[in-house]
Amino acid sequence: MALPPHATLFERIWRRFYLVFCAAVFVFLIAPIIVILPLSFNAEPYFTFTREMLSLDPAGFSLRWYDRLLTYGMTAPEVARDTAWWLDAWANSQWLHAAKNSFLIGIASTLVATTLGTLAALGLSRPEMPFRRAVMALLISPMIVPMIISATGLFFFYSKAGLAHTYIGIVLAHAMLGIPFVIITVTATLVGFDRSLIHAAASLGATPVETFRKVILPLILPGVISGALFAFVTSFDEVVVVLFIASYDQQTIPLQMWNGIREQISPAILAAATILIIFSMALLTTLELLRRRTERLRGLAPD
Amino acid sequence: MDGTSDAPDGLLTTGDGTPLKTALARATRRAKLKAVVLVLPLLLFVLVTFAVPIGQMLYLSVYSPVFADNMPRLSAYLMANPVTEVPGEAAFEALVLDLKDARKNRTHAQVGTRVNYEKAGSTSLFKSTARRLRKIDGPPYKEKLLALKPAWDDLHLWTVMERAAHRHTLSFYASALDLGYDAKGDLVRAPEERRIYGLLFQRTLLLSALIAGLCLLLGYPVAHLLANLPLKYSNLLMVLVLLPFWTSLLVRTTSWITLLQSQGVLNDLMVWIGIVGDDGRIQLMYNQAGTVIAMTHIMLPFMILPLYSVMKTVPKDFVRAARSLGAGPVTAFVRVYFPQTVPGIGAGVLLVFIISVGYYITPALVGGSSGQLISNQIAFHMLQSLNWGLAAALGALLLGGVLLLYWLYDRLVGVDNMKLG
Repeated sequence: MALPPHATLFERIWRRFYLVFCAAVFVFLIAPIIVILPLSFNAEPYFTFTREMLSLDPAGFSLRWYDRLLTYGMTAPEVARDTAWWLDAWANSQWLHAAKNSFLIGIASTLVATTLGTLAALGLSRPEMPFRRAVMALLISPMIVPMIISATGLFFFYSKAGLAHTYIGIVLAHAMLGIPFVIITVTATLVGFDRSLIHAAASLGATPVETFRKVILPLILPGVISGALFAFVTSFDEVVVVLFIASYDQQTIPLQMWNGIREQISPAILAAATILIIFSMALLTTLELLRRRTERLRGLAPD
Repeated sequence: MDGTSDAPDGLLTTGDGTPLKTALARATRRAKLKAVVLVLPLLLFVLVTFAVPIGQMLYLSVYSPVFADNMPRLSAYLMANPVTEVPGEAAFEALVLDLKDARKNRTHAQVGTRVNYEKAGSTSLFKSTARRLRKIDGPPYKEKLLALKPAWDDLHLWTVMERAAHRHTLSFYASALDLGYDAKGDLVRAPEERRIYGLLFQRTLLLSALIAGLCLLLGYPVAHLLANLPLKYSNLLMVLVLLPFWTSLLVRTTSWITLLQSQGVLNDLMVWIGIVGDDGRIQLMYNQAGTVIAMTHIMLPFMILPLYSVMKTVPKDFVRAARSLGAGPVTAFVRVYFPQTVPGIGAGVLLVFIISVGYYITPALVGGSSGQLISNQIAFHMLQSLNWGLAAALGALLLGGVLLLYWLYDRLVGVDNMKLG
């Protein structure tokens, strides 16, 4: 999209301005995330670059905040780091506790959301489905309704149903929040799905279950996995519902960060944030690979 | 004969003799049933974990039984006898006996709090009265109570109690709309300095509109660039949009705290360049600026992605054709390119606006007191002031607004056209 040689001066200036503007927006998008990475290695308890860091002096950098993440909440963090120390960390470190909860709740709610969501998407993509639009609108609405309202509703409902302060309660709530993403991604994959394949499988004698396992599932799998990733991230990043219905036992990483920011913000938060950024980079890469696979399967991209 | 055949009366039938029409109806019904069976489990799940809790919350915004449950005699009296002046002995007898029971059950403070929502000072009045009720052991109740606590000789208090005696009430909505009842029980606007919710709703809408506008301003050129670059480059640049989108919300908020605080990176940079002096550091956080900056960053991908997917479908030849027919660059953009991107603008602006209106986390962390949105007030009433009826009423108003926007979004964009990443 280079400019043609006959472009006027105005167009050339405008074009320069446009590119600079776009570059600035990209910096705005990415800089806040990049800036955190070096700051998490700060040797001082500050949220800005020290003189040593700017001159790349090794003395300005340290792993103390990562160490702090591990040791925070331990009963005896100061002793030698033998097996007992690591067992202590595994059992008592608050951030590890939160991480364990986050993964447990995330995986369980992703399983629920993905199973129910995929089945429903299969039904919704059938042309015979009655009230398709209304049902779809209802199933997507947890994504649109403000989190604070869902959380308020769940707070009242759970305290009556005895689900407050339970893992089950949080898993169900997070599954509900993740379902719209599964529906959206799986229905999107099903739009390009050739339904005559189902008839072909049936005419060759496959049972509906076999057809699903051997024909439908492999083709929609990229959509299912990316929906599952969205559902997992939704749960992994969710704090409002947890804030309302969890007790200390169910503390997750976002809630731990929330408390950290509100109470005594220390660069340990930045260390946790750095780990999460690397985690999201890995997720993004997975998703991108999946997208390429879908395009290849559908023959959209020749490469 | 197999397959379709002609029955004697001329109807088309299947091989086993059923008319084709019936067979088709049966097959359609079966197909419909299959689709419904697939959707049903999820539908039930969402109804139980989402629709029912929200319905329950909506009910709580009009249902407040605490007074009627704990003050049964007085409630019965007040339901039967509308209050026009401070009532007589019978009402005071009911009041004293109920308060004695309530103190025994330790519920008198709750009752006082319910009355306190509409008349300040009632919690302490209920508490201190209940504490000293032992001195009243028989009639005349009115005389003794008024001697003990003259504050009960107050028509306003009695009209408030009359309303509280009803289990179903609209008074939470009245408070949420900055309305109140005067001493005679008529609906009036709250005094100027206590009209906070109208202001808050107004601020929420304004800031959300501002954020949506900023996102459009920043996102439109970027989406245009991404849609027109060769795939090789645009895929690479897309990562810069998607990485923030996939990064934890709290991480991004933490980043902004790091950048914006007065001893933070941005202020340090400005001091170093010399734009501001070390004593003139700019307050970028804990105010509306903080909310707007951080939320624009968080919402920007929600604007760029729909814009990009619409711009991808705009044929490049159109603008070229317009130019070759003599249109200047501005005319070609305004008359040919821009109108084709309007659906993307609608989708992006609506999406950003809908999400912003109900946002809680970021304003709570970087907004200070001037950058708080309506959600923060709901959370405050839920977690701190414990006025759940008011929280539910504010939530219901917010929900109504959001659903209206969602309906609009569905009409304009269609929920099934929503794309992610």
